[in-house]
Amino acid sequence: MRLTCPHCGDRDRREFYYVGHAVALDRPAAEADIAAWDDYVHNRDNPAGATRDLWYHEMGCSAWVVVTRNTVTHEVLKCELAADVKGVVS
Amino acid sequence: MRFSGLRVLKEGLTGNKGWQSHWRDATPKSEYDVVIIGGGGHGLSTAYYLAKEHGITNVAVLEKGYLGGGNIGRNTTIVRANYFLPGNSEFYSHSLKLWEGLEEDLNYNIMHSQRGQIALFHNDGQRDAAIRRGNAIRNQGDDAELLSVSDLRRILPYLDYEQARFPIYGGILQRRAGTARHDAVAWGYARGASDRGVDLIQNCEVTGIDTEGGAATGVHTTRGAIKAKKVAIIVAGRSGQVAAMANMRLPIESHVLQAFVSEGLKPCIDHVVSFGMGHFYISQSDKGGLVFGGDLDMYASYAARGNLPLVEHVMEAGMTLMPMIGKAKVLRSWGGIMDMTPDGSPIIDKTHIDGLYLDAGWCYGGFKAAPASGNCMAHLMATDNYHPAATKFRLDRFATGRHLMDEEGTGAQHNLH
Repeated sequence: MRLTCPHCGDRDRREFYYVGHAVALDRPAAEADIAAWDDYVHNRDNPAGATRDLWYHEMGCSAWVVVTRNTVTHEVLKCELAADVKGVVS
Repeated sequence: MRFSGLRVLKEGLTGNKGWQSHWRDATPKSEYDVVIIGGGGHGLSTAYYLAKEHGITNVAVLEKGYLGGGNIGRNTTIVRANYFLPGNSEFYSHSLKLWEGLEEDLNYNIMHSQRGQIALFHNDGQRDAAIRRGNAIRNQGDDAELLSVSDLRRILPYLDYEQARFPIYGGILQRRAGTARHDAVAWGYARGASDRGVDLIQNCEVTGIDTEGGAATGVHTTRGAIKAKKVAIIVAGRSGQVAAMANMRLPIESHVLQAFVSEGLKPCIDHVVSFGMGHFYISQSDKGGLVFGGDLDMYASYAARGNLPLVEHVMEAGMTLMPMIGKAKVLRSWGGIMDMTPDGSPIIDKTHIDGLYLDAGWCYGGFKAAPASGNCMAHLMATDNYHPAATKFRLDRFATGRHLMDEEGTGAQHNLH
């Protein structure tokens, strides 16, 4: 599996640190209740198929990358800068 | 049909014509008291103990493929009870005791081999931690021995004691740990359950879970609807998908864990050896193959195959520890789907839906847990009380923060286990 860093191009997967499902982009508000925070920190959709992960280009440009990929085939569908995705969300 | 030495002799002399199928390949009825989703090691052992210890025999085990075709059929077969934290400690101790009586209990040769497991350490701090863990293991009633380097040189002469990066300072030996024949465990439980009236139904995929008024009432399958008073989800790496049928999101991320087998060799590795710093562990099967594995690939996956970086890492770790295996050829590798929880420990619990139970989150350690998992799950389903050996595997522990069992001490967070 290789990931395409928006800055650095097609790179070995070992250059990246896997952070998990890209839920960090949907962080609950500080005043949200315990259930919302529990859900955010612990519970996952865990799909067999397309998923969105957050990866950190640790051995490269230090970018946070949102990777859309298929968990069944390991096909990488899309790599975007988290900053851009977050911008669209907010 | 019972196995015995006399029976083997008789069959050998009469052309082996008297052997029968070990279990009935049942067709589903329209209704059961208990439906178990998942015909793997944990599902089958749950069915067995429901029937044997609680007299609940109107039970169906639904398996989407073939019995024992998941992680129970592909793992590194290690059985041990060397956990440290309350919750895990008493549970794996219970499981090891069940293992020790399992062949007699099931009348089935599961080739349980208590060859001993040695976990190595590589500096003074790790020695202190190992001693502390060893004391905890002895306090739970199991065995642990501290080995010096000279002890190790005697029983593991093939390790590279001169390596600079991870010099070997000693090890912790658990003599009662070892291995077992993984398929036979599934088959033995299947036969024991089937003999007591449990229906084992293969090629029957669950496609929906029915609930009514906050209670489970049955399942939909590729072989028709089945009503049930109680439903158990025991599906290892697929826990998230099956729970989603009941509109539940679980604290689980499914990951791939790879393992490898070499060509068959003459006996050379007598124990299970764990090299924690290299995320490497190894044993030798009775057939002669070296069976070894490493850490997770560390990203969510259902591919049932890993990627090459981890393969390279495992081979490097093996060569670092025991250079003698360098000339052995790797015969095959595989990747299993692990249901990882944030703290790396399992879940055996009720859910917020009455009559729906969950046995999941076995992470990278489900094989050794299979007897106690089924035993404690059956106890929970039959009595609605937690088995004394499994009181802390609560589904809500992440929300409450009580009884988190993070054996690695890295923090109860998904990408760290």
